[in-house]
Amino acid sequence: MSETCHVAPNPDTEFAEPLRSLRERVDRQGDPDALAIVLFSGELDKLLAAFVIATGAAASGMRVSLFCTFWGTAALKKDRKQAHGKTIVERMFGWMLPGGAHRQRLSKLDFGGFGRKLMAREMQKKGIPDLNALIEIARETGVRLHVCEMSMHLMGIRDEELIDYPDRSSCGVAQFLEISSRAGTTLFI
Amino acid sequence: MKEFDLKGIRCPIPIVELSRIVQQLDPEEEFRVLATDPAFQLDVEAWCRRTGHELVSRSQEGDVLSAEIRVRTDEPARR
Repeated sequence: MSETCHVAPNPDTEFAEPLRSLRERVDRQGDPDALAIVLFSGELDKLLAAFVIATGAAASGMRVSLFCTFWGTAALKKDRKQAHGKTIVERMFGWMLPGGAHRQRLSKLDFGGFGRKLMAREMQKKGIPDLNALIEIARETGVRLHVCEMSMHLMGIRDEELIDYPDRSSCGVAQFLEISSRAGTTLFI
Repeated sequence: MKEFDLKGIRCPIPIVELSRIVQQLDPEEEFRVLATDPAFQLDVEAWCRRTGHELVSRSQEGDVLSAEIRVRTDEPARR
């Protein structure tokens, strides 16, 4: 027996440390199969972009979490009367930010609704899904919808005023950060 | 081979339809899809790479893109 190998290395001590640090690094890496989207904007074109990406990702096997905040929250209201028991300022928010996909302005070329109507007609003619269709697909493909509690509170939006969506929950910033820090991709729209 | 018509619909619907189709088929089953969305040509490749389903062949006749895909159930190759 040679002199050099009579002390066998102890795998427990030799590999424990590099293994631990490797595992730590893997744990901290974003999951390429998870996508987080912050939907801050309420304009129709940006809503469309967010939902196209969300549904496309879900259909490609990704877990998608869509976080709605500020104007994105207001844009996801139903097209109906405001809830009772709001303050005057909350009511004003409601008047200024009506719900319903067809009421959301385009960020460009809206022309007081004319551009929006023209765009809707073109989209239909060219086989491009509208916002309601995309929300329906998001529902089907399991896109999770998280709505910022603070923006709801700020604008006086009640839970029952938001669109019906099975996988919808209200959330705070810590919950968003937890999900987004584990997702391989996070988008802000 | 089953054939599915995805003509006349645009991004992201063809991809959404693909995910619905593979759910209703058996593993290793091959199917053909026809599409007219120009983005579909590259999208179908990317979708197969992501989901692990096998893109057997692809062709184009006029405006119609045709893709043959084999349903795979094993884990897709990760980057």
